[in-house]
Amino acid sequence: MVKRIVAKQEACMGCGICEVSCTTQHSKSKDPVKAYNREHPRPISRVRLEMSKPVSFAIQCRHCDDAPCAQACLTGAMHKDEETGLVTHNKDKCMGCWTCVMVCPYGAIKVDKEGHIIAKCDQCVELDTPACVANCPNGALSVKEVKP
Amino acid sequence: MPKYVIVGACAAGTGAVEAIREVDPVGTITIISEEQCSQYSRPMISDFVSGKADLNKMKVRDDNFWSNNKVEALNGKKATSLNLAEHTVTLDNGDKISFEKLLIATGGKPFVPKMEGSDKDGVYTFTNFSDAERLAQRITETHAKSAIVIGAGLIGISVTEALTKRGLKVTMVELQEKILSLLLDPQASDIVEAIVRKAGVNIVTGQSVQRIVGKPENDKAVGSVLLTKGETIPCDLVIVAIGVVPRTDLVVGTEVKTNRGIVVDSSMQTNVESVYASGDVAEAYDFILNQNRLLPLWPLAVQEGKVAGYNMAGKKTVYSGGTNMSSLKYFGVPIVSIGLANPKPDPALEILVKSDAAKGEYKKLVLKDNIIVGMTFLGSIERSGVLFYLMKNKVNVAKFKQDLLSDDFGLANLPASLRKRMNLEE
Repeated sequence: MVKRIVAKQEACMGCGICEVSCTTQHSKSKDPVKAYNREHPRPISRVRLEMSKPVSFAIQCRHCDDAPCAQACLTGAMHKDEETGLVTHNKDKCMGCWTCVMVCPYGAIKVDKEGHIIAKCDQCVELDTPACVANCPNGALSVKEVKP
Repeated sequence: MPKYVIVGACAAGTGAVEAIREVDPVGTITIISEEQCSQYSRPMISDFVSGKADLNKMKVRDDNFWSNNKVEALNGKKATSLNLAEHTVTLDNGDKISFEKLLIATGGKPFVPKMEGSDKDGVYTFTNFSDAERLAQRITETHAKSAIVIGAGLIGISVTEALTKRGLKVTMVELQEKILSLLLDPQASDIVEAIVRKAGVNIVTGQSVQRIVGKPENDKAVGSVLLTKGETIPCDLVIVAIGVVPRTDLVVGTEVKTNRGIVVDSSMQTNVESVYASGDVAEAYDFILNQNRLLPLWPLAVQEGKVAGYNMAGKKTVYSGGTNMSSLKYFGVPIVSIGLANPKPDPALEILVKSDAAKGEYKKLVLKDNIIVGMTFLGSIERSGVLFYLMKNKVNVAKFKQDLLSDDFGLANLPASLRKRMNLEE
């Protein structure tokens, strides 16, 4: 089984705490104030709140089965791991060509302009529950196990 | 007898190996590559020249890729002839290799127009690793100070950036009136041109090089170029970066049908059964123009190789097509440009443009019957993939057309039915 983060539109209040949690989790300090104000390069949220009132929901890498980003990647930095089902990004191999950005149907790959590479959801593999899911105050994000 | 033989181990060859192995874990695969190390990223050679990447970083697959996939890799070998009756490929060392299924993925070679002096020492092309290695070495050894880059397309701008980073004074010479004219409309091209000039690059458009002239003390070495309108520009190096032409030599004189490239059907099979072609050598389907054409682009070559691989291994697969599509990173301006981004005037096309000079942003969409057929995003590209999805899936955008170019256009603007189809919500 592979994990997927799913959003429940009716429960999303559009508060953006998912973005703050993600940014903090991907910061050096793990402190939101320091992450936003003092870290350079500034950590990037890999989840985006999509909003067109009254519709709002959070979106992050879907770790697609066919992973168009990994297929299009010019350097091999983007990789679909068949075992975990995750699409992983190797920062050291990324040359910031933006090809994955161009082909991601969800616009879920973030441009790290300072670092000249991309940033994307890694499902917080080091945590039991991804930061965006754990910190959503209204249960609008959850982890679902799906068949690969 | 190897079941599968693949000639060319770059993007299409690699894609084919992966696809074959998904379907057929045991059938023998032999891959023939002229290069010693084949599984590296060609688009990354400019990072090699600028010093940002070494060969290790450039590898698109790990060193054990061939052995992990049980592939016999014949590196440093060239396929010189093809015998369709015998089902054999002959190598430059005389070896004959039989095949049941063949993929021709020989790629493209740099196009060098007839030009007096093009045989001088200091003239380079820029498509593979050895080109990049020789160019980088030359700069280091001779302390070259200036270069002429002929061609201001994808390859031209990539090598120009690399040379500029190495401290060379570069002049780009482009025959068209605008740089990147196959990708961008004049307005977007002007934005990029201003940024490239600001980085110290000299740009000459509407002209070509008529002659490469030697140095006064050594006529065999590049000393300057004479442009078509009569101007002479001194330089230590000339890089010919006009584009690539398909390497069809292997099929010349055989039954395999060629046009400009090898002609293939939607399964990437040529007119000869069991013989497939993919990548820069093939004319594959363009879903915007609704016709087959040459589209020498890395991601498309991988896709085409995959489709060929599946079909060779018996899994029927149709290539859904690509189009002229590129993302650019050069000189710090992110750009995504796809399809008919710079169409000829046509009353059937609707053009939406939003330009914000202060932010350095430019967005353009080209619609036909409310379906996106072309787009350029410059500066802010993060959600360009959503638009590409709408384009590729021919989604009718009439209901949300007015939102398409707004700064916060995203998935929430899509109709609920489409969001459902994209599996966005629980």
